[in-house]
Amino acid sequence: MIELDRVSKRYPTPGGGGKDALRQVSLQLPAGELTFLTGHSGAGKSTLLKLIMMIERPTSGDIFVEGVSLNRIGSSGIPLLRRKIGMVHQNHQLLFDRSVYDNVALPLIIAGFPRADIGKRVRAALDKVGLLDKEKLNPVMLSGGEQQRVGIARAVVNKPPLLLADEPTGNLDPALSAEIMDLFQDFARVGVAVLIATHDLTLIARYRHRLLSLREGRLVADRDADEDDADGA
Amino acid sequence: MARNATPLKTPRKEKVARPPRAGARIARSGWQHRFHAWRLHHRDSALDALRRLRVTPAATAMTVLVIAIALALPAGITVLLENARAATQGWDGNAHLSVFLKPDTDAARQQALASRWGERADVERVDVVTREQALAEFRALSGFGDVIDALPDNPLPPLLIVYPGDTSPEALERLQQQLGDATEVDLVQLDVLWVKRLHAMLEVASRIVAALTLALALAVVLVVVNTIRLAIESRREEIVVVKIVGGTDGFVRRPFLYTGFWYGLAGGLVAVVLVQVALLWIGSPVAQLTSLYESEYSLIGMGFVNALVLPLFAGLLGLMGAWLAVSRHLQDVDPHLL
Repeated sequence: MIELDRVSKRYPTPGGGGKDALRQVSLQLPAGELTFLTGHSGAGKSTLLKLIMMIERPTSGDIFVEGVSLNRIGSSGIPLLRRKIGMVHQNHQLLFDRSVYDNVALPLIIAGFPRADIGKRVRAALDKVGLLDKEKLNPVMLSGGEQQRVGIARAVVNKPPLLLADEPTGNLDPALSAEIMDLFQDFARVGVAVLIATHDLTLIARYRHRLLSLREGRLVADRDADEDDADGA
Repeated sequence: MARNATPLKTPRKEKVARPPRAGARIARSGWQHRFHAWRLHHRDSALDALRRLRVTPAATAMTVLVIAIALALPAGITVLLENARAATQGWDGNAHLSVFLKPDTDAARQQALASRWGERADVERVDVVTREQALAEFRALSGFGDVIDALPDNPLPPLLIVYPGDTSPEALERLQQQLGDATEVDLVQLDVLWVKRLHAMLEVASRIVAALTLALALAVVLVVVNTIRLAIESRREEIVVVKIVGGTDGFVRRPFLYTGFWYGLAGGLVAVVLVQVALLWIGSPVAQLTSLYESEYSLIGMGFVNALVLPLFAGLLGLMGAWLAVSRHLQDVDPHLL
């Protein structure tokens, strides 16, 4: 589903030279698998997500999404790539000038779905995250956990094959985190490749999924699901 | 949340039941749907842009008024110039040469000269004003009848009024020259010189207005650029989200382009109203003025076509300003800073 082939990213620094955010990272994320990505802040988690989303481009190496090399995608192809990727943000990135329904419908409107379809899909996604009765509300009236679920509904409403989450449980208490994690596991179960960037070690420990650890831009550990070694973070 | 372990509910159940394979399928929409959606988004963008303008009436009115005034100024002056040109149009067609003959020329010679000139190709017609006619006319019009009566002799010379066939300045001057060569002629006076001067002045004025129009059109574009820049700034978050969920540049650009167009269009419409109100305002004094000159002239308005063209032109200016702002500032709103 996703493959990184010796990907490096160097940000130029004002004093000349540069800072290596990622060094020679190679990995594969198969469909239907949930993977944790962990590491200290500055270890390269966000950079990795940005490279997959084509918010940034790698300095060297290549990334393949569904077999397509991102290096071959020009700037006009970026929107189409992003439609294949659902992104969940720590701070939800919801728009407070419109209803929950309109927030979730946004990716479908952008992708040009027929109107009649949009209603069905939005309600299916809201039903999935348990917020079907809140569709007319403004997201500002929802709790933090509910807002995060709206963000997830928006990320999955057009059924992307890949779901990225950046600290999705960062602001939530353990019970709400568990609800969110259950949702992600459900998506993995139906064949979505799910990558969750987090430094929440209790979360990682509780769910025995594959774990990738970054340290100073290098991939230092790749623990398969059900291995007992919680090294790296 | 484990209560709901089924995947996304969709109308097509068989998709859901599929075992994990090469990822959940991305739902696709057909070509017609895509075109339909594109058209729909145009409509939505246009309406949404309009709605946003209505949400902030004071700010919108301010911008629209600035645009309207910038457009009404050159449009109004242009209308006035058109009026001046139209009012003096008839004078040009009336161009004629007054040929004063020497006082001792008798009526028969005058008549002969008139018929000889009347046959010239470049002369349309020659009117004969005898000394007696001239005196009678002068007496009637000048109010100096008593003074005339006091004079021992008729002081007025015989006069021929020559209407030329060709009223171009060169032809007139040539004719003036040739008529002046006849021995009976004392003086040939060309009565269109001041009309020519007036037209030259109008020409200069219309050039100045053209320059003014250009400058103010540029001002309109810049006003829209700035307004759209602020709009982009205030919708930064939304733009980032739209880009993250796969919105194309066109999708992001569209509402702003419509906003610029609406600003221009509204400004143009208000400018038309301003010009018409101003014309009404000066209409009655102008009527008074022209009646003093025994003229039937009445003001020409903008005309239906111009009243239509101005708002559309303004809309294009707005679109142009929005395009400039968007192409310059949308790049700044990249999701880099997420």
